[in-house]
Amino acid sequence: MASAFEYAPAPESRSVVDIAPSYGLFIDGEFTDAADGKVFKTVSPSTEEVLSEVAQAGEADVDRAVRAARKAFEKWSALPGSERAKYLFRIARIIQERSRELAVLETLDNGKPIKETRDADLPLVAAHFFYYAGWADKLDHAGFGRRTTNGPSGANPAPLGVAGQIIPWNFPLLMLAWKIAPALATGNTVVLKPAETTPLSALFFADICRQAGLPRGVVNILPGYGDAGAALVAHPDVNKVAFTGSTAVGKEIARTVAGTNKKLTLELGGKGANIVFDDAPIDQAVEGIVTGIFFNQGQVCCAGSRLLVQESIHDELLDSLKRRLSTLRLGDPLDKNTDIGAINSAEQLARITALTEQGEAEGAERWSPACELPGSGYWFAPTLFTNVTQAHTIARDEIFGPVLSVLTFRTPDEAVAKANNTQYGLSAGIWTEKGSRILAVAGKLRAGVIWSNTFNKFDPTSPFGGYKESGFGREGGRHGLEAYLDV
Amino acid sequence: MSDRLSVFKTYKLYVGGKFPRSESGRVYEVTDSKGNWLANAPRSSRKDARDAVVAARKAFGGWSGATAYNRGQVLYRVAEMLEGRREQFTREVAEAEGLSKSKAAAVVDATVDRWVWYAGWTDKIAQVTGGANPVAGPFFNLSSPEPTGVVAVLAPRESSFLGLVSVLAPVIATGNTAVVVASERAPLPALSLGEVLATSDVPGGVVNVLSGGTAELAAPLAAHQDVNAIDLAGADEALAKELEISAADNLKRVLRPGPVDWAATPGTERLTAFLETKTVWHPTGSLGASGSSY
Repeated sequence: MASAFEYAPAPESRSVVDIAPSYGLFIDGEFTDAADGKVFKTVSPSTEEVLSEVAQAGEADVDRAVRAARKAFEKWSALPGSERAKYLFRIARIIQERSRELAVLETLDNGKPIKETRDADLPLVAAHFFYYAGWADKLDHAGFGRRTTNGPSGANPAPLGVAGQIIPWNFPLLMLAWKIAPALATGNTVVLKPAETTPLSALFFADICRQAGLPRGVVNILPGYGDAGAALVAHPDVNKVAFTGSTAVGKEIARTVAGTNKKLTLELGGKGANIVFDDAPIDQAVEGIVTGIFFNQGQVCCAGSRLLVQESIHDELLDSLKRRLSTLRLGDPLDKNTDIGAINSAEQLARITALTEQGEAEGAERWSPACELPGSGYWFAPTLFTNVTQAHTIARDEIFGPVLSVLTFRTPDEAVAKANNTQYGLSAGIWTEKGSRILAVAGKLRAGVIWSNTFNKFDPTSPFGGYKESGFGREGGRHGLEAYLDV
Repeated sequence: MSDRLSVFKTYKLYVGGKFPRSESGRVYEVTDSKGNWLANAPRSSRKDARDAVVAARKAFGGWSGATAYNRGQVLYRVAEMLEGRREQFTREVAEAEGLSKSKAAAVVDATVDRWVWYAGWTDKIAQVTGGANPVAGPFFNLSSPEPTGVVAVLAPRESSFLGLVSVLAPVIATGNTAVVVASERAPLPALSLGEVLATSDVPGGVVNVLSGGTAELAAPLAAHQDVNAIDLAGADEALAKELEISAADNLKRVLRPGPVDWAATPGTERLTAFLETKTVWHPTGSLGASGSSY
């Protein structure tokens, strides 16, 4: 098995980012302590070093933030769209200016490689604000208002009010951008709760709002735990709830908002099938499989975590895949050559560990490349399982880690049936040189995003979201506006 | 007028293209607005609801896979069949809703026109809600709407025919299949609609019509793991909340009840409520990379 070339360390300097020893909640344009004075520590998952101490929002803080957002809504929603647009353009530009600082910060707080925060997360964050900035004064053209030949009729697209937004830890700043950019463009105000393990980039974003001169109260950031999120969802003066996270929590949120007028969008779990047909270019497919499941350590809701490979090329493909995995570099996320960073938290590492142990116990065959794990921090070697059946837990449950389950199929119909045999429906991949087969299979897959001969591509213009228990509503593109408009 | 004794119709359910009685053997008395007996309608059971879901699921592949043009033709055929039965429905609507004959006739006319309106949408909604996305990279990227799947529809309580069609037609126009719970108080127009659908080229199972207790039937439908969405138009506030909680179990798409003027021309919201968006990416390659400008 080939091994990785020896590279000298090439760490990105962390001096570009200045992390304060403590941070407050960001409410009504000011940093403030939690009402009950609670704080929590955020650590670097790659070293377990404490990065900062952060105020922990509780129910009283949620109420204060919602009231600030409600107060700000009146003026913000009344601003001409062209003025709101300019605030968002400012934010996009400041993110571009500070992108290196934010990339290093995100890598420190999340554990993902600098290569990814620098080349994927941050460019997409800026692009997202830039894209939705341009919508702010064009909402009448988005196709949601009703116009008839007899003249205007029906309501113009109007904002909903206060949006309560809860985001996960896997793409902290990017998920913030997906939530805040369309909300502000459409004239809503925002109370956003970042995940408890990755609060820092959202707090730096608060500073960007300050630099951009955003009116106070338009964006409020509440670091905290699930209890703060639950309070935000249940707050009677919240008009819109947007959540990205686990399917179990998503269902709980759907129950909470039942019987209210709160508009809800959910972007939840996945168990994406990556289907490789026998005529696929093997080397390209291998790159796509690696991107599909090892990008961000597999902590991606749309990960291609089930590899469905046509039986006739199973051995050849697995040989190539194993050879490729042996060249992946796992280690210091700040090193520019690192492919695989740290798992985000001890809790997540324990979950991945438990599910992989269950995979072995149920009879699947486990393989990892020779891979030295650092002594401190949370790490998990790239892992693949063969001899996996559809009944295995590792083929059904979302692992949210660098673990690939390999299944086989003989016919396109069998591939489609297996791909759709899941409660989820977020993403899927298709690898074949035959165009008609791509279109036929793509048409049959019950998933919101289909990547053919590519994987894990994202763009602000491209709607993202799931079928079935992967949630509902779309983020990105014209479609993403609907979640924040009374239409 | 002769003294001929009229022939009564036994009203039956419409499930999987057939006209069964309720498996429970139960019926309930349906009366007109003045309390006069009209018919004994089937009081469907949970089992009938589950059978209807099975029929709707079975029909989904074919109906969602039909061309939009074909679905439009079939829906238009429904309007044609209704047009020929206007007198029958005028009588049923007049009795059900306590309307004068002329007012009931106007409602029926509007209902036929509503079918025609939605028939025309089948091959247009994809262009209105989908499209190409200009991503920043060498990729072809297209978003298209697809039907959500099996949709449970609680028909409006008051508007027994126009309201019914206004919630049913958009569900099937986009390729979903439906299990409809007719207005509990006034189910007869809905049950008669089943007879129209059966003779209109609508494949069996695409629309399934149940009569009976709304709450009794809605509960198993809202909890059913093979139902993908639910339109709560016919639920009161308390029932709607209970059903929405139950629907969260498999994250059904929920259309909440609200005040609707059924006579007004609808927007597209009942069409889009039961559509998913699928986005497909493919690399475009790079012809012309050598500098050729064709």
